[in-house]
Amino acid sequence: MGKAPVTPTQTVGPFFHPCLLRPDAVITTLIKPETEGTRIRIEGRVLDGDGLPVDDAMVEIWQANHYGRYRHPLDQRPLPLDPTFIGFGRTGTDEEGRYWFETIKPGVVPFDDQQDQAPHILVMVFARGLLNHVVTRIYFEDEPANASDPILQRVPEERRGTLIARREEVDGSVVYRFDIRLQGEGETVFFDV
Amino acid sequence: MDTTTIGEIIRGDREVFPPYLYSAYRATIKRSPHLPLLEVPLTLTELTGPGPAISEITPEDADLTRNAGTGGEAIGQRIIVTGRVLDENGDPVPNTLVEVWQANAAGRYLHKRDTWPGPLDPNFLGIGRCLTNEEGVYRFLTIHPGAYPWKNDPNAWRPSHIHFSILGPSSRTRLITQMYFPGDPLHALDPIMNAVPEPYRSRMIATYDHSVTEPEWALGYRWDIVLRGPNATPFGERKENE
Ligand SMILES: [Fe+3]
Repeated sequence: MGKAPVTPTQTVGPFFHPCLLRPDAVITTLIKPETEGTRIRIEGRVLDGDGLPVDDAMVEIWQANHYGRYRHPLDQRPLPLDPTFIGFGRTGTDEEGRYWFETIKPGVVPFDDQQDQAPHILVMVFARGLLNHVVTRIYFEDEPANASDPILQRVPEERRGTLIARREEVDGSVVYRFDIRLQGEGETVFFDV
Repeated sequence: MDTTTIGEIIRGDREVFPPYLYSAYRATIKRSPHLPLLEVPLTLTELTGPGPAISEITPEDADLTRNAGTGGEAIGQRIIVTGRVLDENGDPVPNTLVEVWQANAAGRYLHKRDTWPGPLDPNFLGIGRCLTNEEGVYRFLTIHPGAYPWKNDPNAWRPSHIHFSILGPSSRTRLITQMYFPGDPLHALDPIMNAVPEPYRSRMIATYDHSVTEPEWALGYRWDIVLRGPNATPFGERKENE
């Protein structure tokens, strides 16, 4: 424990939209035409313990670029930074609990000096009724590296599927479907990070 | 108040952070995870975050009394809210995005789902943002928010508060919380505030600070925010760049 007293969390409440989702703060499209990498769309729903849509959630994502580098001062590895790609997305859910992002598939990032992680995207969900946000990860169904991913291997096998987005092709473009179940049947794995 | 928790599932410091399920706050009942959070080693994914990449902010964004852009001034008791954003070592967190939102002086939000009959103020949006400076200091000029009713239980009122969102330097430091005002009799009745265990609730209450108060202008409140973790060390740094 550190020297300064950490501030507790509180719910985002129902009234955050004008501030956190003002037009220049919403980022559903993380890419520009010149961004390098494979275009993907992520679509999903946020659902509560009754399977009902959470229509007032905020979803944030954070990911590495096409080369697997994060735009962050801590990541000093000799990999290209794409000037057109930050890797941060933020959006709200609609009346059906739906959210979506247009992005690129992230590259491989390291776990430690020995091992890599399979491509993944960090996800945070905030909502009325969540006194603290929840943190999870999107992995990709068609990614062979999932089999040896050191984080996925720590997830009980019967729950791993909750972290794996299903690949679909819609009108020739790739959509990964990732529903987030806050509670109950098929509850998404959330991480204590 | 009859309060139950399932497995006391908490993200963060178990003593300090609220549990996901706190039944006195009814919206937690169907939205709280029931299964334990998975503890995993922190990787570059969690140790990095968007904070340092986002910075398109103007000084006007921090003046909630005038940023509606109407040319008029918000009605209410003018206040200055300032403090430092720190890490757990007490070191400042510079250049980080602080976003705030709040009800107007009458306790009403400019939001389509806020429909109680408190009056709207055409000169008040109730939203602001700023970046912390090199010392980690943020500062807002706003008006004292009113208390407002909600439907959690009959005659429920939220104490006056300002919502804060801070990105911080990594995904792990991401914080959304609420700042409360000292001496408010509604604190003891508020299940959202009381979901945080005593004695840590007081960390969410600002201090009246007469040295922040500006004569014949605005009352001053000070509130420091401490994010989880110290700053981590860079990964894969190339020595030839030094
Ligand atoms: Fe509020």
